[in-house]
Amino acid sequence: MAIVSSLRSIGSRVINAVWRIGYASRFFMMTLLYSGLSFRRFRLTVREIFFSGVMSLIIILVAGMFVGMVLGLQGYETLKRYGSESALGSLVALSLVRELGPVLAALLFASRAGSAMTAEIGLMKATEQISAMEMMAVNPIARVVAPRFWAGVISMPLLAAMFSAMGVFGGYVVGVVLIGVDEGSFWSQMQGAVDFRHDVLNGVIKSFVFGVAVTVISLFEGYDAPPTAEGVSGATTRTVVQSSLAILMLDFMLTAFMFGE
Amino acid sequence: MSSEALVEIRDVNFAYDKRAILKGINMTFPKGKLIAVMGLSGCGKTTILRHIGGVLKPTKGYVKVDGQVIHDLDQEGLYRMRRKMGMLFQFGALFTDMTVFDNVAFQMREHTDLPEEIIRDLVMMKLHAVGLYGTQDLMPAELSGGMARRIALARTIALDPMLIMYDEPFAGLDPISLTVVGELIRRLNDALGATSIVVTHDVQESLKIVDYVYFVSDGAIIAEGSADEIRNSGESFVRQFVHGEMDGPIPFHYPGGNFNKDLGVRV
Repeated sequence: MAIVSSLRSIGSRVINAVWRIGYASRFFMMTLLYSGLSFRRFRLTVREIFFSGVMSLIIILVAGMFVGMVLGLQGYETLKRYGSESALGSLVALSLVRELGPVLAALLFASRAGSAMTAEIGLMKATEQISAMEMMAVNPIARVVAPRFWAGVISMPLLAAMFSAMGVFGGYVVGVVLIGVDEGSFWSQMQGAVDFRHDVLNGVIKSFVFGVAVTVISLFEGYDAPPTAEGVSGATTRTVVQSSLAILMLDFMLTAFMFGE
Repeated sequence: MSSEALVEIRDVNFAYDKRAILKGINMTFPKGKLIAVMGLSGCGKTTILRHIGGVLKPTKGYVKVDGQVIHDLDQEGLYRMRRKMGMLFQFGALFTDMTVFDNVAFQMREHTDLPEEIIRDLVMMKLHAVGLYGTQDLMPAELSGGMARRIALARTIALDPMLIMYDEPFAGLDPISLTVVGELIRRLNDALGATSIVVTHDVQESLKIVDYVYFVSDGAIIAEGSADEIRNSGESFVRQFVHGEMDGPIPFHYPGGNFNKDLGVRV
């Protein structure tokens, strides 16, 4: 009997998970389908760009600066062993543009803006604001979800770019200003090593994909949250956990596609 | 109730999974009338409103609004119908990220091409109608419960709907707000020439203002009539409900088994 009941419990979890994936995919398709309003009344999307993008700027810039400074310090210590300190610029820039910029900016975006989106939509649902909108013949997917989705997708690559730029500046401060690496070789090595299409564009594609993943997870978790305090708090936690795992998993897959031999 | 029906509910049955919520409901809501649907919490009152709003589809029977079977409409048709309806939610459901002004103007901006100056004038008129002109720049968090309910009422009537539904409009209000909201419901119904459906368990306040009452218990109608007929009803459940008696068909004790046996007392 114990075996049967545990099999049943596993089966029910699997069915539940498959059902949720199906529901989330349908939600994503509906979001795309009802995206017209987000562009016709772009003001709605701009407002969300302000809340999710501009309001995340400080944390992104400060984190980018420190990550760049650490890279400068660690990179210098390692490169010094091989007498290649002059390659510090390319090390800092490549690490940031290819990996750390998109990944860390997306992780920060998920915790700062993604969790806020989930909580906001979850509470709108719990306080019947979503139902009220539907009863007013206004489609909540078009009016509430889609502008936030596009705001996230537009903000994410920009934030990742800012993160990388700040990181390069942090690396410059530590490597050139504080340690004394030659300024000319720092910048020229960077210029020579970083390829626009192969490195910068791939980084932008990565952050775009992460933007889609994080916003879809955040919006779906909020929209699907049980309308209780417990439900919303659980959904917010799931947003951060699932977004972080999705970012890291997608990063591996994209890296394999983009930079694998 | 002789005038033409705006909403007709015929033999409606509804079940969540296998749990029956509505069992053969028949109701008529004539144009211009203010009608209450009363009953205990969980008896199926709000489910009836959800059927009228086209949120739920009956498992049997039909709901007609303005001559159209609401659950047969496609999304566009449903949204077209909902533009002619207004619904006041239990706690107002105001959009918390917008000012009072933007809340009331919401439907006007979404559904009409009116210039902003006319929207402004209309919003002020709606706010004046609920006695809250001057609050347009406040945020919902700055309003008291009664004020929030009145602002939500102003938003509900923003496009002069033909049908206004109220889901527990008196819940959690102080006695003054209670009277104000009750009076507003009656006055707005008459001034707009609308039809209003009030789902409530507040007997005293609603009996003062309504034209007709349906009493629902366990998903079925057990009594109906004018306010006076309900007050003088001989039906034991209605009597217990209207007079707030502690014991009756709705027992005081939860059916929790044999209490004496649990304590080891022999009776």
